[in-house]
Amino acid sequence: MAPKAQKKPQGKQMAKSSAPHKPKNSAINASRLMKYSRARIFQRKAAYKVKKVKTPAKKSAEKAAAAAAFVVKKIGGDKNGGERKVYKKTPKSLPTQVASRKVQLRPKKTFKKHVRRIRSNLAPGAVLILLAGRHKGKRVVLLKQLESGLLLVTGPRKLNGCPLRRVSQRYVIGTKTRIDISKVALPERLNDAYFRRQRSAKKSAASAGGSADIFAKSDAAYAVSAERREDQAAVDKALMGAIKASGDGPMLRSYLRSLFSIKSGQRPHAMVF
Amino acid sequence: MGKLDKFVQVGRVAFIANGADSGKVCAIAEIVDQNRVLIDGPCTGVRRQVCDMKRLHLTGFHLPLPHSSRTAVVRRKWLAAKLDERWTGTSWAKKLEARRLRASMTDFDRFKCARAKQIRNRIVSVAMGSLRKTSSPKLRKPNKKRHLRKA
Repeated sequence: MAPKAQKKPQGKQMAKSSAPHKPKNSAINASRLMKYSRARIFQRKAAYKVKKVKTPAKKSAEKAAAAAAFVVKKIGGDKNGGERKVYKKTPKSLPTQVASRKVQLRPKKTFKKHVRRIRSNLAPGAVLILLAGRHKGKRVVLLKQLESGLLLVTGPRKLNGCPLRRVSQRYVIGTKTRIDISKVALPERLNDAYFRRQRSAKKSAASAGGSADIFAKSDAAYAVSAERREDQAAVDKALMGAIKASGDGPMLRSYLRSLFSIKSGQRPHAMVF
Repeated sequence: MGKLDKFVQVGRVAFIANGADSGKVCAIAEIVDQNRVLIDGPCTGVRRQVCDMKRLHLTGFHLPLPHSSRTAVVRRKWLAAKLDERWTGTSWAKKLEARRLRASMTDFDRFKCARAKQIRNRIVSVAMGSLRKTSSPKLRKPNKKRHLRKA
C-alpha cells in the first residue's frame, strides 16, 4: 500500500469556490477611504502565505547593450580608467545635477483642455447686444458656441451688416429675446479654423528666413472668400425664415436693425435685458 | 398739510414699504406701543407679525376689526370688505403696477414701446399740423423764412 501523496494547498492553487466573489475591503460612506488599510488587508487576505512568483530572467547582456543610450568604448592611457561611456545620440541636455521634480498634484491644463463655460442666459437663438468692436451696439443672433468658447453670431447680415462672426461672451449682453433656430441648419465647416485670422504667407516666410525686405507691404486688402459669401447667404436665408415664423416677425426685424444705446435716466444695472 | 384722516388704529389697512413683504397690504390687528403694531395679511400672504410703524404706509381703507382678532377673523372681514379689488382699483396700486411693468421690460419690450410712442406721436403731430394750416394765421407756427421773404 503506497501512501497517498498529500498535496499541501499552495496559496494560489487553492480550490476555487463556487460562491460569488465577496471583496474583503469596502469604501466608507461613498468616499475614497477604504475600511481597511493596506497593512490590514495584507493580514486579512493572508497574503503573507502567497508565494512570490519569480519574474523571468532579464534580457541578455547583448540586448541590454543595444538598448542602452551609450556605448562603452575602451580608451588608452594608464590612469584613464580604461573605458568611457560614449552617447550614441547627444541628448538635448546634459545636466550636472539631478533635476528635482516637483510632484504635480494638479498638473497645468493646456488651453485646449480648459473647460469652456457659457452664461446660462446665452442659448442658441438668443438676441445679443454687442458691446465692443466694429459692430458695437448692434443686436445680433447667437447661433452657437464654438469649441474655443467664442460665440458664433450673425446679424443677420441682411438686417444690420454684422456677418458670421466670432464674439467673446464678455463683450456681449444676452437679452431675453429668443428666436427659434432649431430649423436653421448651420454649415458643418463653421468652426474656429474657418474664422482664424489668415497671416499672409510671405510675411511668415520672411520672419523665419530673415532675408526678405521687412518694409515690403505684403498683405493685400482683405477679400471676402467665396465660401464665406455662400455660408452667409445660406444662414441668412434660414434665419430670416425663422424670424418671419416667430411671433413678432416685423417688429423683430426692425429691432435687429436698430442700434442699442443707453439713454438719459437709464441705469444698466437696474435694467432687465 | 392734508387732512389727518389716516389713523394708526386697529383695522387700518397699511402698505408695507420695505422688508421681505414689501409691496403687500395688511391690516393692523393690534397696537403694541408708540412705534410698533401687530399686522396680519392672510389674504395677501403677510404673516402675522409685529411691525415697526416706520415700515408702514397707511392707506385710506379701514376694516371693522375688533382688537387682537385672530387671523381667521381678519381673513373673514377682509374678504367681506372685498379689499383686494378695492386696493387694486386705487391709483396708488395702479401706479405701483405700472412701475413694476416698466422695470420688468426687456430690451425688445423697450424697443416696441418706443416704436409705439413714435407712431402715436407722428399721428398726433400730423393731425396738429393740418389743424394749424386750417386755423387762423395767429395760431400758425412762426416761420422765420416768411419774415425774410417779406423783406
